[in-house]
Amino acid sequence: MCDYYKLSDHPGLSQIKSIRKDKYSYLDSEKIASELYKFTDGKNVIVTLYIPGVHCSSCMWLLEHLYKLNKGITESRLNFTTKEVTIRFNKQDISLRQVVELLATIGYEPLVSLEDANKKQKGKYAKQDIYKIGVAGFCFGNIMLMSFPEYLSVKGIEAQYVTLFRWLNLLLSLPVFFYAASGFFINAWKGLRQKTVNIDVPVSLAILITFGRSLVEITTGTGAGYLDSMTGIVFFMLAGRMIQDKTYRSISFHRDYKSYFPIAVNVITDAGMRVCSLKDLKKGDRVELFNEDIIPADGIVEKGIARIDYSFVTGESNPVLVQEGETLYAGGKQTGGKVNIVVTKPVAASYLTSLWNHHAFSKDKSEENEANSFIHLLGKNFTIGLLVLVAITAAYWGVSDPSKILPSVSAMLIIACPCALLLASTFTNGSLMRLLSINGLYLRDAFVIEQLGKADHVVFDKTGTLTNGEVEIQAKGHVLGKEERDAVYSVAISSKHPYSKALVKYLVDSTEIPVEKWQEYAGQGIEATVDGKSIKIGSARFIGNSLIDSTANFYVDVNGHITEFHLMPHIREGVGEVLAKLKEHKILSLLSGDNDKQKAYLEGLFSKKSTLLFEQKPIDKLKYIEQLQKNDNTVLMIGDGLNDAGALQQSNVGITLADDINNFTPSCDAILDAAHFSNLPGLISLAKAGKNIIHLSFGISLLYNIVGLYFSVQGKMNPLLAAILMPLSTVSIVLITVGISNLYAKYIGLRIDSKI
Amino acid sequence: MSVLYVLVLASIAVAVVFLVAFIWSVRSNQFEDQEGAAIRMLQDNDTNIK
Repeated sequence: MCDYYKLSDHPGLSQIKSIRKDKYSYLDSEKIASELYKFTDGKNVIVTLYIPGVHCSSCMWLLEHLYKLNKGITESRLNFTTKEVTIRFNKQDISLRQVVELLATIGYEPLVSLEDANKKQKGKYAKQDIYKIGVAGFCFGNIMLMSFPEYLSVKGIEAQYVTLFRWLNLLLSLPVFFYAASGFFINAWKGLRQKTVNIDVPVSLAILITFGRSLVEITTGTGAGYLDSMTGIVFFMLAGRMIQDKTYRSISFHRDYKSYFPIAVNVITDAGMRVCSLKDLKKGDRVELFNEDIIPADGIVEKGIARIDYSFVTGESNPVLVQEGETLYAGGKQTGGKVNIVVTKPVAASYLTSLWNHHAFSKDKSEENEANSFIHLLGKNFTIGLLVLVAITAAYWGVSDPSKILPSVSAMLIIACPCALLLASTFTNGSLMRLLSINGLYLRDAFVIEQLGKADHVVFDKTGTLTNGEVEIQAKGHVLGKEERDAVYSVAISSKHPYSKALVKYLVDSTEIPVEKWQEYAGQGIEATVDGKSIKIGSARFIGNSLIDSTANFYVDVNGHITEFHLMPHIREGVGEVLAKLKEHKILSLLSGDNDKQKAYLEGLFSKKSTLLFEQKPIDKLKYIEQLQKNDNTVLMIGDGLNDAGALQQSNVGITLADDINNFTPSCDAILDAAHFSNLPGLISLAKAGKNIIHLSFGISLLYNIVGLYFSVQGKMNPLLAAILMPLSTVSIVLITVGISNLYAKYIGLRIDSKI
Repeated sequence: MSVLYVLVLASIAVAVVFLVAFIWSVRSNQFEDQEGAAIRMLQDNDTNIK
């Protein structure tokens, strides 16, 4: 493989992909380019670019030998896991635009978006967590080592050594208490300031009391303290959270709508073309758009033919022909040639953004999910109950035997820590998220699991979700002979209308023959004369024959003989079984932006109790979901694109069905890989089971607590025993939750390991 | 048995060295890319590096 590149003088250049010459001209602007630099000293520039096309080791070879392709590039290094290449180049020899164009030319076009510029902050915080775990683990292990004499109660150890070990333990516990555990204290404090007792409060309390009691015991020489328990708790808690974080970091979520708009556009001025960044676009600017460009703002067509694909906005994939002087809206995609538009409304105010800024979007759903999460509810009541119990115990012993106050109170707080509750859900969620992602469902965060299990009403989008983009054609009526087929084919092939395209596909094996007259009437049909025959393709009204039944999508009239064409968008494989399984326990709905041509067929797949609504605009879908929620339903919505994004966000759980895992809607709660669509009922069952597994873990941990408290309240709990029981209970709970999750997944037919 | 003081302090010192090494390795981004190193290792290094 390497020799291949060596033998060729210009490795990779024979793969030249043609990109439009001006596609990256906006990077010539220093202001825009510098937003993407990671570092520059005026001469050297370091930039990190995300290359979605990286997939193998030869990609790595090529991307790390960029210096061979251009002398201006000093070095480059690929992070294979995140698919980001960090390139250091000399600004005087090569520009950022040229670097990007070079990458595109060799087939590794980077994905340049505004997001890259805002991403700089994230790296630092992740490392802090690793340091904390490292420090906690280090101190935990060493404290246990130092505590061996205490554990084994070796007689004959002289008092001074015992004291030495104890003080060393105290010293080792300080970094854990002040640094590693600081996150818990800060979160608990934040919660208390908001007058809520969140789950970090009891954890912090336990750490504080354990540390406090150990401090008192060691400084007064009355005991060994429980620093091994304290540091162990901190270590296990931090590790559990990190495992959870790692499972969903492989996909980056939360790309906001800015990632869909081109960063900068070509603005036409009297002095020529000016490159303008998205936020500087003003009303009255004239913008030039090419094929496949996304319209950056609402505007009016000034020159050229605008054929706009509004599938992002309305769900309809039929291109809308926008004449000169008519308005087009941001978010649509130009599918014609070059077109000039005049901006009427800059990005923030345009229609698409107003849909995004609908209150459903600005609501930060993760906060909402967290508040609903019953884990926190339980944690709050547990703590308050425990504190009450502790107070009663202290009062009782204060009256009857004051020497027992400290032993009983601290033993109670240690043994009765609800940390087991937090760990149970953390590890269960972690293993559930892992299982779900192996089977094609990628969640935004663990709180989605609970909502997914609770869903009682499932709403499906039609276009792109239940249908997969392929179309079936059925012809009825007059059967076309070979010459007629050629004639119709020749007429249809000049039209870009989707119906024409479908007809062309249907009339495969036809040859094109010259057409005498040809005229397309937008939205109605095509009229033409071929080889003496008069051909008409179009709607019932266009054909003009009032006797025909008008349910077909379009008609073909050849010299008076009429053929009907019915289009059936292909329903995705497995939809029937999925709906059959789901409708057993849940109510289903279908919301479609399309017309109701397929209603009868779909009603067969859904059930009599299901609601099927057609011609839904994005705002209608959103309102429908809101209505369901007002009636106390927990709504799960499955959709595919921006046209139902508002509804996805409003739903309790919004799942995007993605055929290509790199293209998805921002702000959804989960992505389902289309290849695994048939897993959907199983995945929902697994999420639901999650709650039961957590309940089971709670039950076991509660059992420990009750038994432990029973002894602690009486002052009979040996604190060392309490300290050992604590980690023991948490470890066993972890093993149980992970084991049961895997077993259940296997039972319902899902995969439990990622090896293919 | 008084050597115990020295032994314990020495063992802690050694352990601290490893902790420092851990922190240093995380800081220097060694753990950022888990799979890249495995692939990079199998490639030939060109001797005529520019």
